[in-house]
Amino acid sequence: MHGLTEVTDGTSGAVDIGEIMQAIAEHKGCGTEGGSGKASCGSGAGQGDLPTEIWEKVKNHPCYSEEAHHHYARMHVAVAPACNIQCNYCNRKYDCANESRPGVVSEKLSPEQAAKKVLAVASTIPQMTVLGIAGPGDPLANPAKTFKTFELISKTAPDIKLCLSTNGLTLPDHVDTIAAYNVDHVTITINMVDPEIGAQIYPWVFYNHKRYTGIEGARLLTERQLLGLEMLTARGILTKINSVMIPGVNDKHLVEVNKAVKSRGAFLHNIMPLISAPEHGTVFGLTGQRGPSAQELKALQDSCEGEMNMMRHCRQCRADAVGLLGEDRSAEFTTDKIMAMEVNYDIDTRRAYQAAVEQERVAKVAAKQEELESLAGESSDIKLLIAVATKGSGLINEHFGHAKEFQVYELSTSGAKFVGHRRVDLYCQGGFGEEDSLETIIKAINDCHAVFVAKIGGCPKSDLTAAGIEPVDQYAHEFIEKSAIAWFKAYLDKVNSGEITHQVRGDAAIRQGALISAA
Amino acid sequence: MAFKIVGSQCTSCSACEPECPNTAISEKGGVFVIDPAKCTECIGHYDMPQCVAVCPVDETCIIDPAQPRYQGAA
Ligand code: SF4
Ligand code: SF4
Ligand code: SF4
Repeated sequence: MHGLTEVTDGTSGAVDIGEIMQAIAEHKGCGTEGGSGKASCGSGAGQGDLPTEIWEKVKNHPCYSEEAHHHYARMHVAVAPACNIQCNYCNRKYDCANESRPGVVSEKLSPEQAAKKVLAVASTIPQMTVLGIAGPGDPLANPAKTFKTFELISKTAPDIKLCLSTNGLTLPDHVDTIAAYNVDHVTITINMVDPEIGAQIYPWVFYNHKRYTGIEGARLLTERQLLGLEMLTARGILTKINSVMIPGVNDKHLVEVNKAVKSRGAFLHNIMPLISAPEHGTVFGLTGQRGPSAQELKALQDSCEGEMNMMRHCRQCRADAVGLLGEDRSAEFTTDKIMAMEVNYDIDTRRAYQAAVEQERVAKVAAKQEELESLAGESSDIKLLIAVATKGSGLINEHFGHAKEFQVYELSTSGAKFVGHRRVDLYCQGGFGEEDSLETIIKAINDCHAVFVAKIGGCPKSDLTAAGIEPVDQYAHEFIEKSAIAWFKAYLDKVNSGEITHQVRGDAAIRQGALISAA
Repeated sequence: MAFKIVGSQCTSCSACEPECPNTAISEKGGVFVIDPAKCTECIGHYDMPQCVAVCPVDETCIIDPAQPRYQGAA
């Protein structure tokens, strides 16, 4: 195993790793202290206890800051089709499933097309702050295309943050180039630190002109991943670790993974559910390997949260995703459309727009803080989940029937905390199947006590009520957290006065089917 | 002169292209093809044919029965 010091010693120009580890350690995990006290990562009152240099890197990054993901958008460009490992949850007819959802195919781009696309999107969506390369294969198995893309973009749109996501096999070879392009966020998918478990996930890896299989291949992979992580930490590059939770294979082991990456300075851990269905044609899909339920996933995330920041808002986006997390505007930016677009990249307009977004964020946090004070005197063990229909900006601003996903918050006397999201099929598509889709929505949010919406029709309203989920539309177009806390306070009052009794709700399904079809 | 890519299986991922020691692989009409005149089956370069080792789809880079096996330079 390579020690941190070894790596640092051999590296000229590396920042002091002790200092970084210290900064990260002090920050601890924005979700941690005081039980469920604080909201999940990066949320809360903003910078919170994050050191300024780290806050500067994450505050506008929708993946690294939960709070930012309501306001800022990212895009992926699919310039990296090749891969150098094989995963049992991936079918290479489609995009890599590390981050992307299986079953989707991205339009492959050349670096030049990608650069044009970034400018087109940045001019149309001024809150787009992050460009990531996440596939469809492994960006570092396509180093020439990946770095060419970064080079072009850093010249034409220097205000955009660059980010990449890798399986880590060749990461140590590229760390210096990554640093040279000022990429300050790197995601590594680490599903195991034990080669025996790895052999059940990875049939082979291709490294140094050879195919390594089984335990040998998995050992090589984990060594390279952890070395790469240490080298990134030594250079002050923020890292996010993605782990795919595969029940019965690595679910318990991910606690070990969490410790291993935390001790090497990883900033954020993103435990994602395995998405698996026979129609994906993946090994796991065909063997009937199931994904976790919503509560299994949350329990694992909760148990790792005492240790470090957990990301719970990952949408497992496709390799050509565009827009806010949870929305996908890639269809507006197909190659044909981009090439025909007049692009006028105006950095000042972008800045002005983002300044307005900042004001909105401050107002939102202040409103939440104020409402939180009204909870100060309350003491209760009740913790419950609510689902929220939102289009972004931290507002309850989506019609129940138009929601493609619901955001899930956990409410307790310490406040409202974002704990996840559930993707659903559009209920309000008109035509056939409406009853079925309402039923699947109820399954997806079955663990929630209430669903907050901007508007809802009479029919779904009564069905939800019958299922024990209270439809709440009285906070339409208000801030999510503030409204949730106000509602929770009223809920506690009713419980205390004996008007209602608090019931614990059941588990919910992470919708797998919905992930395949819709964008 | 002897490997070929089964076009119907190729995902056009491009992984094989840079691995070939003889630049025998190129993209043609959306899929990748091997130039049999350039392919040496990796003999003398590597222990295993690189296109076979890196290809994500089994049985996609295969020996071309229509071509004679590579005889080697030596
Ligand atoms: S896949 Fe997850 S980490 Fe990557 S852009 Fe989407 S939300 Fe962010
Ligand atoms: S067998 Fe070797 S030489 Fe022939 S095409 Fe494949 S990689 Fe190239
Ligand atoms: S590695 Fe296989 S799938 Fe990929 S381009 Fe080459 S032949 Fe096609």
